[in-house]
Amino acid sequence: MAAIETEKQRGRYAALAIAAVVIVLGIPLWWKTTETYRAWLPFSQINELDSLQLQLSVEVEVVLSRGTLSPEQQKKVPLSQTREQEHQIDAKTVLRYRYETKYRTATIMEEDALNQPSAQEADLSLHMLSESACGSVVVYIIPETSTLLPADVKVYVGQRRTALLRAALFEGTAGLKEVLSTLEPQVKQVVDTMSFSHQDILAALSDRIRVGQVSKESLADSMRAIKSSPGYEITFSLLNPDPKSHSLHWDIEGAVNSYIQPLLDKLNPIANFSVDSQILYYAVLGVNPRFDNSVSAYTLNADSLAHVINPVEARLGSNAASSNPVLNFLLYVPDAQHSPLFIRDHSKREIPSNAFHSPRWGGIMVYNVNDMYGPEAEFPVDINISMSKVMGVFLAQLRLMLGVQKTQPPPGFVLQSAGSEGLADWELDRLMWSRSVENIATASTTITSLAQLLDQISNIVINDNIAQQVSSAVTSLQAAVAELEAGNLAFALQYSREAILASERAFFDPSLLHLLYFPDDQKFAIYIPLFLPMCVPIVLSLLKIANEIRQRRADKLAKKD
Amino acid sequence: MIFLKSSISTRWFWAPSAAPSSAAVSLPDSCEEELLIRPLHSGDIYASFQFRTLWDTDFLHQGKKVSHYRLFPKSLGQVLSKFSVRELHISFTQGYWRTMQWGQPIVPSPPGAELWVWFHNTVADVDGNWKELTNVLSGIFCASLNFIDSTNTVQPSASFKPLGLGNATDHRFLRYATLPREIVCTENLTPWKKLLPCGSKAGLAVLMKSEKLFHSSFHSQAVHIRPVCKDWQCSSTAWELRQTLNVVFDLYTSGQGKKEWSLFKMFSRTLTEACPLASSSKVYVDVTDNPEGELFDLSPATSVLNTAVVLGDRRTYSVYDLTQKETFGQLRSLNLVLRWKGESDMLRPLLHAERYVAGFGLQTGEIHTLIYNNHPYRAFPVLLLDSVPWYLRLYIHTLTVTSKTRENKPSYIHYQPSKDRLRPHLLEMLVQLPPHSVTEVTVQFERALLKWTEYTPDPNHGFYVGSSVISALVPSVVAMDTNNTQERPLFSSFFPTKEESSYFVRVYTEPLLVNLPTPDFSMPYNVICLTCTVVAVGYGSFYNLLTRTFQVEEPSQPLAKRLANVIRRIRGVPLL
Repeated sequence: MAAIETEKQRGRYAALAIAAVVIVLGIPLWWKTTETYRAWLPFSQINELDSLQLQLSVEVEVVLSRGTLSPEQQKKVPLSQTREQEHQIDAKTVLRYRYETKYRTATIMEEDALNQPSAQEADLSLHMLSESACGSVVVYIIPETSTLLPADVKVYVGQRRTALLRAALFEGTAGLKEVLSTLEPQVKQVVDTMSFSHQDILAALSDRIRVGQVSKESLADSMRAIKSSPGYEITFSLLNPDPKSHSLHWDIEGAVNSYIQPLLDKLNPIANFSVDSQILYYAVLGVNPRFDNSVSAYTLNADSLAHVINPVEARLGSNAASSNPVLNFLLYVPDAQHSPLFIRDHSKREIPSNAFHSPRWGGIMVYNVNDMYGPEAEFPVDINISMSKVMGVFLAQLRLMLGVQKTQPPPGFVLQSAGSEGLADWELDRLMWSRSVENIATASTTITSLAQLLDQISNIVINDNIAQQVSSAVTSLQAAVAELEAGNLAFALQYSREAILASERAFFDPSLLHLLYFPDDQKFAIYIPLFLPMCVPIVLSLLKIANEIRQRRADKLAKKD
Repeated sequence: MIFLKSSISTRWFWAPSAAPSSAAVSLPDSCEEELLIRPLHSGDIYASFQFRTLWDTDFLHQGKKVSHYRLFPKSLGQVLSKFSVRELHISFTQGYWRTMQWGQPIVPSPPGAELWVWFHNTVADVDGNWKELTNVLSGIFCASLNFIDSTNTVQPSASFKPLGLGNATDHRFLRYATLPREIVCTENLTPWKKLLPCGSKAGLAVLMKSEKLFHSSFHSQAVHIRPVCKDWQCSSTAWELRQTLNVVFDLYTSGQGKKEWSLFKMFSRTLTEACPLASSSKVYVDVTDNPEGELFDLSPATSVLNTAVVLGDRRTYSVYDLTQKETFGQLRSLNLVLRWKGESDMLRPLLHAERYVAGFGLQTGEIHTLIYNNHPYRAFPVLLLDSVPWYLRLYIHTLTVTSKTRENKPSYIHYQPSKDRLRPHLLEMLVQLPPHSVTEVTVQFERALLKWTEYTPDPNHGFYVGSSVISALVPSVVAMDTNNTQERPLFSSFFPTKEESSYFVRVYTEPLLVNLPTPDFSMPYNVICLTCTVVAVGYGSFYNLLTRTFQVEEPSQPLAKRLANVIRRIRGVPLL
């Protein structure tokens, strides 16, 4: 009997041992071998980025020239003040603007510069004296009596980052505090013109926040401007639908070098640009222009312009060598039978530039050549296209597409028109502010949605390189936010561009798609024939052992009683 | 009979058309178009379009980027400069060129897609460039070129020399791939037409209506880009973009059996004008076999004849110059009509080749390549290139080359063995073909088993093996024209000629269709279920053996005794 009992005991131990091997060895082995590889991602940092708290710091330097302060007041300068503004946009977005204003008196060299005969020369010589940092603003306060500015002009905004502000002479009795507090609203107005405005920043964030909060104009501006991208391809196309009649020549290379390239060089910190051009023959517009007897010309109405682009676009061809967004500028020379051709706006008036643009796509200009030759001309007629006329239109459209807004100056302000580059330093700064904010917003949205996606679908393999891209995007984002906070605009833009690149690369990595569609039911169909016959005996014998133990305990209890 | 040079021979071909006004600047680019119609002896008709754009620029110039395009298509120019391409040849072909019936083609091409590219020797990562280039070209031509990867790319050591300038010999910068299965259709023709300066709106390209072009026995379209000499001194280079389209219209399907051809019947269009951008626009009709008009009637007749030496043969052509108003006559339209009157025999082409798979079963097989030298008394060497996918494992020791029942030892063999799932076999040989002979090259192979995800969606159709390529300098009957810059018809200047006594020919064999052992594709699930069952059964008995308790049982009565007892009980006899 004892032998049977030991035999039974051995059986029990064997069953327990097998169950233990299956649980300790088998299940971890199966788990390990069928697991999808998921590299570690900085989820907590990504969650922090989800709620965007941006602080934008601007350094404002206010230089008080001789004659604006009394000697006692001058003794207390230099001093600095900080002004902060906070805007809670929505639950996840907080904007904080911090203006650090430093007051100081002008140096002797600056005084000399301010004594130049005209404001323009003063601006230039002030620029020679000191290079102000990207994103900062310098305001020179000049006395009421100064002859630099015409009488009705209060503020002159130069080509760089300096402005001249005319202020009334302060009475010697007033304390410096009062002087500065009377000065402050005027300085603020100058800074708002030369640096970012709240509406610009809201427009840059338009993807994140509800539309109602952004003013209509700045929303239209931001929707017209092409999305922020690390590079752009600009393509000029000359459409010649009638090479039999017109042999067109355009000096596009020279025109690009003299009109477009200076602006692009100036915009170099924002993105890389590449320019090319082509001539397309027999390319026609999508709509048939209507002949208008009253002006004996063909006309295109504003509401039919929407149909013009599509058939042309098939011929334009995409850029084979890069995947950057393309800005198209088309110069359309109507064929001899359909000349001249004019574009009319909604109120049926001819548009002087004879051009229109399509938001985020590019511009089209119609160039009539019918008056360049007489009826007796021998076909094909050689025609040289006047590039200055064409490039003037295209340059204006390009500025719109790139989001370089025309600033509406408050009354009493004079904005110095920008030189050959077509863009003043402070205008570039404004663009850089909104581009940095836009980049940061886009990159953080991309990264958070990627993290969300990876979190939700546990089947996706996360490779090491994706994890690396994600964490470099996160570090760049954090660096960009920190640089904005520190007021280093150039670095902030740089980091935000890196962040956007890395986040896009991680988001569109093809390896994320591999195992996405492996359904669970197929997995179970494969596992059941193996697991069912293996687990049933183990479970049954475990149950049996448990039953026996319970039985024995009950017996023992009964015996004790 | 009068032979006239159709055009002034002193005008070099790159010169732009004389501008009407003196103010016009001389343009750096020019284009030409031409159509060659050759009546074939089978009654079929061969039409070959060639469009050439020459551009005096330098894509490979360091530093300065070429970005302003006029006649040269921007998409191709960007590809050339981005990937530092020195020479690019791409062809899409539907159908197989029947050399024995049709003679040598003007521009040879294998069935399916073929792409070969010479990269500039400054390229560091040739494979990376090649991969990206195939993807970009796949987008430009709407073709499956993105399926080109390392398993079907080879680097031929001798067969594909650059056709343009430069003696590149380092085949590290060469990549060659074919996709024999590629189906060519309208969606490939449309982007190809878009590259032409006049599109399909004017000039010869108006004839290209896809419903007619693809209703033919053979259709091949190609793009060749190469640097060429700008002038006879070759002091500077120009880029040449040559777009060719070759069609063979079948006598019975397109011509309804009537031996009468016209432009309208072939293309359902007639010609009305030249492309205004082209400096020359011509139609050539091959009338070599028809000097007295006994073979066919050609109307409208033209007195302008041109002779050119093409593929070792002096041929005569009727020329129709579309830039001249007289060509179109009173109807303002040109509709060439060919009416056949008699029959004639064709000279057999000097070199042709065929190929087939022999053997039975699904384990081994043998590839036979037959190369015919029909020259009556001259022997000449040919280069044979075979690129075989890795899943056919070639037994290179079984390679035999025999001509006239005697072994013919190749004087040069370059063999690169395959690597599974990485690269194909590459076999290149220089074989001397004796005069008037058939040379047979055989090699045995074993079919590999693929992984189940590596099979194509219809694996029972078989797997394609690309055409063999035979490149040869064939002795010429007439002196070849070695001056490559002199003006002559485009179709005669595709392969540069280096010497007068021979001409270059490339012959493609048929692609092979090989059956591989194909599994039943529900097999993996069956295998999983079966192995699971076996494991479960084995495991069950093992488990039983380990956990069961064994007891010694009382030995029971033997079976005989028990049976006896049953019977005894029935009988009422006492038990044993």
